Amino acid sequence: MRITQGCFSFLPDLTDEQITAQVEYCLSRDWAVGIEYTDEPHPRNTFWEMWGNPMFDLKDAKGVMMELDDCRKAHGEKYIRMNAFDSTRGLETVTMSFIVNRPEIEPQIVMRRTEVDGRAIRYTHEVVR
Amino acid sequence: MDDATPLTVDLRAEFEDSGVREVLDELDRELIGLAPVKSRIRETAALLLVERARASLGLGHETPTLHMSFTGNPGTGKTTVALKMAGLLHRLGYVRKGHLVSVTRDDLVGQYIGHTAPKTKEVLKKAMGGVLFIDEAYYLYRPDNERDYGQEAIEILLQVMENNRDDLVVILAGYADRMESFFRSNPGFRSRIAHHIEFPDYTDDELGRIAGHMLDAQGYRLTPEAEAAMDEYVTARRGQPHFANARSIRNALDRARLRQANRLFSADLGPLTADQLSTIEAEDIRASRVFQGGLAHERAGAAP
Repeated sequence: MRITQGCFSFLPDLTDEQITAQVEYCLSRDWAVGIEYTDEPHPRNTFWEMWGNPMFDLKDAKGVMMELDDCRKAHGEKYIRMNAFDSTRGLETVTMSFIVNRPEIEPQIVMRRTEVDGRAIRYTHEVVR
Repeated sequence: MDDATPLTVDLRAEFEDSGVREVLDELDRELIGLAPVKSRIRETAALLLVERARASLGLGHETPTLHMSFTGNPGTGKTTVALKMAGLLHRLGYVRKGHLVSVTRDDLVGQYIGHTAPKTKEVLKKAMGGVLFIDEAYYLYRPDNERDYGQEAIEILLQVMENNRDDLVVILAGYADRMESFFRSNPGFRSRIAHHIEFPDYTDDELGRIAGHMLDAQGYRLTPEAEAAMDEYVTARRGQPHFANARSIRNALDRARLRQANRLFSADLGPLTADQLSTIEAEDIRASRVFQGGLAHERAGAAP
């Protein structure tokens, strides 16, 4: 099942040129780009593993792409995303996030119903491989 | 040949349009002396323009290797020229962003095992799309300590210089004799660097003009007597230890300004005009220790 999180996730996967262009856009607005990966794409899992520190003071997207290549080498079978962090005073938050790598076969997210308190129903979602 | 490919190319127009001319003119205007350096830069610019023209006509071309080494004594303008070089390469489209990242051994080499590679990579990432200027590059290699982490930084640098030739230009800088022995012990560097540019020492006359230039920029001027004193100062300073060309001149002028301020302050002349505030007199320069033969302990050493 195709996981849709962050920007562009309803589009076909971005090519490396497209990723470069997006990173260029982030850098042109002075955002710091960080790379994160996970094998647990549950929507509630907001904390992915960081691949190194967010990259401040970069001028060119090539530096980010080098890190992405390294991350793909090590975690090619996991989800990898890029976060763009805006450090402007008062904002100081992630302003853009998009997936740049997916596993060959993506896990399913299934819904489970549980009956509680008589006939009341609780819903939960689980990642199933 | 398809329609989009032009049949001729006007080098002169390319020269004007790309803004290369501006950079070269600026170089001529702002940098005094350094004739061999300027001519090498002019040659490089011509080569890059021709390469670009060849590419636009669809002729075979390959990105020339642009890594350089700048050798010369302290204060001969290596960093300043590197900055101009970054601008020039950017105008010609050989680096995408045209910024200069200036580093020394400390920025590349770590203190512990496994500390060097991330540090070097961090610097390289910042330099991507621009120019990486490594000052006193020979400190990277310490022949007396075979476990020195500098070797690791050198290996990463060489790899990136080879694989990412389109992404960044590396400029190594340092004193001529030590760079020579650095290249001898690291042949990989020599073969990856196409342009070796030597920076000559300035003549006394050039240093005098540099002094005038620096003062102009700060809004000061020398009286004619002070100019004469400055000329004598340059000649005397050259013979003393630790002479660093333009940098020595800058330091001398800073001290002259200090003395001028002190003179104005202690003379208590009442209300001062702008002219008085921006004039450096001969006595401000003549008070320098250089005229007594240098620093006390060095004098003692020289004449026992």
